[in-house]
Amino acid sequence: MRVTLQPRTLFIVLSVACLLAVWLSLALGPVSLPLMDTLRAGLRLLGFPIAGHDLQQAELILGQIRLPRTLLGLAVGAVLALSGVAMQGLFRNPLADPGLVGVSSGAALGAAVAIVAGASLGGLPEAFAPYLLSLCAFAGGLMVTGIVYRLGRRDGQTSVGIMLLAGVAMTALAGSIIGLFTYLADDATLRTLTFWNLGTLNGASYVRLWPLLLVCVLVIGWLPRRAKALNALLLGESEARHLGIEVERLKGELILCIALGVGAAVAAAGLIGFVGLIVPHLVRLIAGPDHRVVLPASALAGASLLLFADVFARLVLAPAELPIGIVTAFLGAPFFLFLLVRGRT
Amino acid sequence: MMIAENLCVHRDGKDVLMNVDLTLAPGEILGVLGPNGAGKSTLLGAMSGELKTAKGRVSLDNRALAEWSGRERARRLAVLPQSSTLSFAFNVHEVIAMARLPHDTGRERDAEIIRASLEAVDSLHLQDRNYLTLSGGERQRVHLARVLAQLAGGEGAQTLLLDEPTSMLDPLHQHTTLQAVREFADRGGAVLVILHDLNLAARYCDHLLLLENGRPYLSGSPQVVLAPEPLKSVFGLDVLVQPHPERGHPLVIAR
Repeated sequence: MRVTLQPRTLFIVLSVACLLAVWLSLALGPVSLPLMDTLRAGLRLLGFPIAGHDLQQAELILGQIRLPRTLLGLAVGAVLALSGVAMQGLFRNPLADPGLVGVSSGAALGAAVAIVAGASLGGLPEAFAPYLLSLCAFAGGLMVTGIVYRLGRRDGQTSVGIMLLAGVAMTALAGSIIGLFTYLADDATLRTLTFWNLGTLNGASYVRLWPLLLVCVLVIGWLPRRAKALNALLLGESEARHLGIEVERLKGELILCIALGVGAAVAAAGLIGFVGLIVPHLVRLIAGPDHRVVLPASALAGASLLLFADVFARLVLAPAELPIGIVTAFLGAPFFLFLLVRGRT
Repeated sequence: MMIAENLCVHRDGKDVLMNVDLTLAPGEILGVLGPNGAGKSTLLGAMSGELKTAKGRVSLDNRALAEWSGRERARRLAVLPQSSTLSFAFNVHEVIAMARLPHDTGRERDAEIIRASLEAVDSLHLQDRNYLTLSGGERQRVHLARVLAQLAGGEGAQTLLLDEPTSMLDPLHQHTTLQAVREFADRGGAVLVILHDLNLAARYCDHLLLLENGRPYLSGSPQVVLAPEPLKSVFGLDVLVQPHPERGHPLVIAR
């Protein structure tokens, strides 16, 4: 069932796809920029002395709108995909996904609490708001990961049924509280809350980007170092322990990475589901389950997939824009059903 | 070399293991026998540090088990659980390769070890197969190869704890795998193996420990333990015991 592709070939293909996605994301939109203009304006933004007054508009669109949005898409995609891999390793089950087990909803609830509390205090300070939001989303995600993990694991085994049902319950609970906030909220708060439930890269700004980029670098830097330990963990917790892995510590690190990653992604872009499920699955199908390949390849593939989805979301109803969460759910839910059907045969 | 002294384990306020003393000496295989629920797996869990003991101590190469770092311990002690759950599509050789995690012997040496371990359990032909497509017995052999690979070229006295390694195997492979374990012991390894088949125990073990309700009932050579009286008392089974016509070890026949 494996479509064998050498890891090196896979990385080359994924890097090309990622570059293509970046270019599309920078060039396409309400105002289409020609390829060369995108390149030249991009170089000018980086400080290269490139002449041309015709570039001013391109530079403005690129620097203020499309570049932060593209970076946001890359980081959200990479972080969500890695959180998915970490979660599947933690539960030792390929069906675990931050969205399905309620972690994303928990993070959204954390963010919503921050917004509502902030609004009742007369608005959060502009410079700290994204950090505060990320922190609250992190706390919400951590709480739900902990609860679902406690419920879903017994004697070192994962009960997938309980894990998914606990996820349903946590999602419903978080949804009801967010719903209550929505019902009670004033117009301004309402807009922000709705945004969290749909998920979008629209309105990306550097202020919103920084906490996510920080987490992204942390998670990308950390998880691959634990790739071999993660492989051993898939054998079983006691098996990993007998291979000399400090299992409790590894699990703690994984939970932290998941909560940080999902928290930061949700705080920056709202609920974008199924990336953590689809991406690692496709990567494993192509390259096998070895985490030394799966982790970096999922980061690349997640970043590319999210950018492509965002370009699609921008163009399909232009000049209006579809929230990207709708696009990923539209692709992801059937994929999940497909995995369930395939798992049965 | 592994020594357990006065091991006791409580579960839900009950004694599930009481006063077990045993020594796993280099070159020897200790077989643990007993009816279902007699505490065999509990004993193995307590020996491997997996279960909390209420009393007693376990030492590995003259040092308390808990004092070893995970990696150091993994180089001299390997444990095969009764069943393993792996739900990701690793190839067989990738599964075995995980056993080399505690070592830094290098890629080439590891490849030799992986090959030799698979050969030892007659599974070299499985090496490129997807683990998930293997049968129960094939998986069991792969995991035995994995623990053998974990101890190959390690330090100190090598100790292997096996929980029913032959439960899913066909008759031929019951013998090939226990023969591999025997060869491991003959190279100086110490082995504890939980078995249900009394005749396999008679053939491959140097010592036997018979457990009843968490307590040691009898321990000694196969000739001593595999006698009609203790087997009747512990298993409630009427048996005839005769010497094996060619090998001389006891042969247990149900009446």
